[in-house]
Amino acid sequence: MIDFELEPQIVNALDVYHVTAEQTMRPISRHYDENEHEEPWQFWEATWAASHNPANAASDQPPAISRNLYTCLSTEELCWGDAGLFLSIPNPGLGGAAVAAAGTPEQKIRFLGRFRRGKPKWAAMAITEPGCGSDSAAITTTARRDGDDWVINGTKIFCTAGLMSAEKSEGFVVVWATVDRNAGRAGIKPFVVEHNTPGMTVMRVENKLGIRASDTAMLMFEDCRVPLHHLLGSPEVTPAGGFKDVMATFDATRPIVAAMAIGVGRAALDFVRDFFKRNNVSLRYGISPRRLTAVERDFMDMEVQLKAARLLTWRAAWMLDAGMRNNLEASMAKAKAGRAVTLITQQAVELLGPLGYSRKELVEKWMRDAKINDIFEGTQQINLMVIARRILGYSSKELN
Amino acid sequence: MISFDPSDEQKMVRDTVAAFAIEQVRPAARIADESGSIPSDLLAKAWDLGLVRGCLPENVGGYDDARVAVTGAIVAEELAYGDLSLALHALAPRLLAFPLIEMGTDAQRTRHLPPLATDRFVAATAALMEPAFDFDPADMSTTSRRTSGDYVINGAKCYVPLAGDSEMILVYAANSADSGFAGVDGFLVPRDSPGLKISGREENMGLKGLATFELTFDQCRVPAENRLGGEPGINFARLLSQSRVAMAAMAVGVARAAFDYARDYAKERKAFGAPIATKQAIAFMLAEMVIEVDAMRLLAWEAASWLDKGHDAVKHSYQARNYAAAAALMVADNAVQVLGGHGYIREHPVEMWLRNARAFGVIEGLAIV
Repeated sequence: MIDFELEPQIVNALDVYHVTAEQTMRPISRHYDENEHEEPWQFWEATWAASHNPANAASDQPPAISRNLYTCLSTEELCWGDAGLFLSIPNPGLGGAAVAAAGTPEQKIRFLGRFRRGKPKWAAMAITEPGCGSDSAAITTTARRDGDDWVINGTKIFCTAGLMSAEKSEGFVVVWATVDRNAGRAGIKPFVVEHNTPGMTVMRVENKLGIRASDTAMLMFEDCRVPLHHLLGSPEVTPAGGFKDVMATFDATRPIVAAMAIGVGRAALDFVRDFFKRNNVSLRYGISPRRLTAVERDFMDMEVQLKAARLLTWRAAWMLDAGMRNNLEASMAKAKAGRAVTLITQQAVELLGPLGYSRKELVEKWMRDAKINDIFEGTQQINLMVIARRILGYSSKELN
Repeated sequence: MISFDPSDEQKMVRDTVAAFAIEQVRPAARIADESGSIPSDLLAKAWDLGLVRGCLPENVGGYDDARVAVTGAIVAEELAYGDLSLALHALAPRLLAFPLIEMGTDAQRTRHLPPLATDRFVAATAALMEPAFDFDPADMSTTSRRTSGDYVINGAKCYVPLAGDSEMILVYAANSADSGFAGVDGFLVPRDSPGLKISGREENMGLKGLATFELTFDQCRVPAENRLGGEPGINFARLLSQSRVAMAAMAVGVARAAFDYARDYAKERKAFGAPIATKQAIAFMLAEMVIEVDAMRLLAWEAASWLDKGHDAVKHSYQARNYAAAAALMVADNAVQVLGGHGYIREHPVEMWLRNARAFGVIEGLAIV
């Protein structure tokens, strides 16, 4: 039955995330935005401990039947707190997602088990290169077989949590490299590179517009050797493996990125709403749109755009939970959320006037944090391309 | 629990109405728009679907179907996908029937529902919208005044569907006791009431197959027992929400029709050696259109679901309606654009859908779930 209401136990679970967002993240938001390369270890230790606390285990377990939806819901709450800090939280991340999507059972144990014990750890995924981002099939990083090793050469940029994964924890980086440049997509495979592997160097950590608490690294690979069994999945050059498997993870991660955006957008809306309340600006729902003030109309439009993005995101996540392929719907959610929240957060600054522009409040930060959601994990334009191909029944050759 | 899956029954209703809309309604849409009328045999077939009669209580000749707003939204979308004028015409009697069923006194239901439980289409309607450019249902200009034994109504209404043929019209008017939605009453006004004048048929940019009328009330008297709901009156906020959800759902149907047509056209039409759908400019327009169609639907369903749960749906329905009005206009406009010059000619349906889509941002109260 069509239903839009969350059960009480989920609402209660989300309240716990909200408390974390409000009381743990918000108070340190500005500091780690102004000090981009400072590491929030206290926050990391606290979140790591909380997710490894047996007492939290039961309540932190999402209901099995709605795991993807639950992840989107909790992500929205934490990003309402701080999207950069959220991304910085020690966890398997996209690297772990790649292992889960493409790895053998043995690889999953070898690489993912570490996240259940010990000290905080990170895993990252390195795809983008200086010469290609959206065009990920054109990567030039190579993996050459040499005896019992793969030897990796190339440069990766824009690697989220790259620094923490590569050098500062017992984590790993999943690197997309080609074993055969002539084979195109079919030659691209994911390789696990353990932290501190010789030949992998963090060249630099970027200075960004927003999500500054999250490290974004450039990684260089110079004759970086990894054992053969670090190739996730199968070593044969087959069209079915590797690249496609990892691309399929985007169907799960795009709704999460959309949820991230929605959290930031909601933060901005909540701030503006509270501001209006304190300043006796009323919001008269239901009356003729022609009688609304410009400010009411702008705000209401922002609010419903966020709702639309959220419902599309829930749908995409729900489809996964219901066992349905959601490639089209995931891209719809991500395209809509990225764009809507970009506009919402920009408008929030404008509605608040000088208060919106000031670094004394977090609203200007949310505008900067929001923008990345229109770009990473598939730009808005790439997602529109995915949608267009789907609705038209075109391959990437027919529409590009 | 969050779910986007219609029930099996809803799927069946959807598929039945969808088939009717595609096979019977859509082929008649252009003629209805040009001629201004809907063929009576088509209306009869729509009536036979039981979309009005279904919800009437059994004891007056209906099927006593549970009234589910989400189902109503699904039905509205599918019918409007065929043609908006026909959809509004076929469902207009609900404008009287649904408030009666939900909020009428026993006496009012017993008296006024049976005439609607017939085998043939019966026109009935409600008058909500007023001519002011900034018409606000919370601040109506049509008013009622209690005198001994009667209510006296003064004011003007517009966009009243089928008023010319309706024996009974439900008229919404503001009383002097309360302000806002709480101060709105509904009156069962027979067409021949003294003081009620019905204009000639309105001439509109779109909805040209739908007969709509202006009503003027000049000391129009109705008996006290015709105040809907008796002493307690009605929950106008709820009725307005039901109306806005219906309009939002109709907008989804119009938008989806425009998107589907533009998509199919773009795959066939060639320019510069290839279908125009292979060009990014067109492909991206279509992608943005489909996002908005789905977003509109989810907002309408959410508001409908809120109604079904008995929650206050004023905000949800307002949001859904406002979003749908803007989105349907964008999608229809883009559909004309995709067809280029051909989209401008009154042969392909897209120009008609643009004219129809513009109505959602202007008119209140043409439908109800």
